[in-house]
Amino acid sequence: MIILSEGGNLNLITPDPGLVFWTFLIFGILWFLLAKYAFKPIGKALKDRETAIQDALDTAKKTREEMAQLKAENLELLNQAKEERNAILKEAKEIKEEIISEAKEKAKVEANKIVEDAKREIENKKMAAIVDVKNEVGAMAVDIAEKILHKELDSKEAHQNLIKNLVNEISMS
Amino acid sequence: MCRSFIAFFVSILFINISFAADAPAEGEPYNPSADIMHHIADANEFHVFGDISIPLPVILYNQESGDFDMFMSSKFEHGAKEVNGYVLDHGQVVSASGHKFIDFSITKNVFTMLFASILMFILFVSIAKAYREREGKAPKGVQSFFEPLILFVRDEIAVPNLGHRADRFLPYLLTVFFFIWIVNMMGLIPIFPGSANVTGNIAVTLVLAFFTMLITNLSGNKYYWKHIFAPEVPFWLWPIMVIVEMIGVIAKPFALMIRLFANITAGHIIILSLVSLIFVFGELGKNMGGAALGAGIAIPFVLFMNLIELLVAFLQAFIFTILSAVFIGLAVEEAH
Repeated sequence: MIILSEGGNLNLITPDPGLVFWTFLIFGILWFLLAKYAFKPIGKALKDRETAIQDALDTAKKTREEMAQLKAENLELLNQAKEERNAILKEAKEIKEEIISEAKEKAKVEANKIVEDAKREIENKKMAAIVDVKNEVGAMAVDIAEKILHKELDSKEAHQNLIKNLVNEISMS
Repeated sequence: MCRSFIAFFVSILFINISFAADAPAEGEPYNPSADIMHHIADANEFHVFGDISIPLPVILYNQESGDFDMFMSSKFEHGAKEVNGYVLDHGQVVSASGHKFIDFSITKNVFTMLFASILMFILFVSIAKAYREREGKAPKGVQSFFEPLILFVRDEIAVPNLGHRADRFLPYLLTVFFFIWIVNMMGLIPIFPGSANVTGNIAVTLVLAFFTMLITNLSGNKYYWKHIFAPEVPFWLWPIMVIVEMIGVIAKPFALMIRLFANITAGHIIILSLVSLIFVFGELGKNMGGAALGAGIAIPFVLFMNLIELLVAFLQAFIFTILSAVFIGLAVEEAH
């Protein structure tokens, strides 16, 4: 045995009281000082940093979610607006068409009415003219007859001249 | 290239020939075990090479007369001189007259622990400062180097075993982890300020294990004590179970103490044994060819062992810390 090689020397496994004392003192003080000035602050700093990192990550995740939600909302709003626009446009188109067709209808009716009126007027005028012509012709006939009757007693010749003149007169007028 | 390297190495060994402190008698084969034992043991001076040593303060308490003696170890002149009834034997103070005394000296191990502690204090306080000053920013420099290690201890050691109570015990676990690791790594550096076999000294591991035991039992809750003094077994088994549990209370830190001590010491012994091959083969410098052969064999093996020791340095710090966390975790656990 190498440990006992020097005449049963047990030095190696016999704790030296002086060294025990110094180790106790040095390690004890080192433990106290390091705990107080190094490892407690370091442990706290590490924990704080981990918490901060976790918080930052959580916040980032939350923000991302919020952003996504906002984006979705925006998209929905946009879609809604688009739909609304389309609806308005459609409605406007319908109204336009309605107005146009209504106007056309109205115009048609109006035109028909005008034509109708014109026709009636023409008819009226025609009738009036015919009546006028009839009256005129009647008056003329009466006139002619009167004049003819006046000149009857004169000569035949004169009579004929008169008629001639009258006829000329008529055609002249 | 290879040959010149071996020649260089061998020439260094000749400077270091005082490594063989016990010069054997003529014709006697070289016995490395004594040298190895001296190298893994504590010392009252910091041996650099040859007769060059860095002196350390010697503080001795004479148990018979009750006197304190304080002086620098350089007064011994490497064991050549007797001072106040003490002599230096292979770097260690022994009583010349055979009286009982306690050595409270700042030995090689104490010096290394102080050095490591000051280093750790400066390092971690500056890191804590960096956290304060760079709040809310990404870690930088030393801070970013140590942050994964601190998080490793917290997330892989403390939290799985201690749950929400991890914060309370985290400073201790971090201190013990970095202390063991840094001191282990310093022990692998062959020259000053390294080379001390601190965690391979039973006194050091005893104190570390004692702290774990202290925390375990002081923070033990009622379930922990009930488990020890009123275990859930038929009452006539209690006398046996209580004894078994009491042994368990002692055995846990005892295992911690032995594990760390044995692993680190074993590593040092293996490396020193491999280095000793050069002296064994070289017959203390009388056989150059043998020394070269020994070096040729020893160098790759020592290199390999050093790499393994780098892993072991971390592993043992990790194991000590995780087992401490497990023991504390068992003591503070709520009823299950």
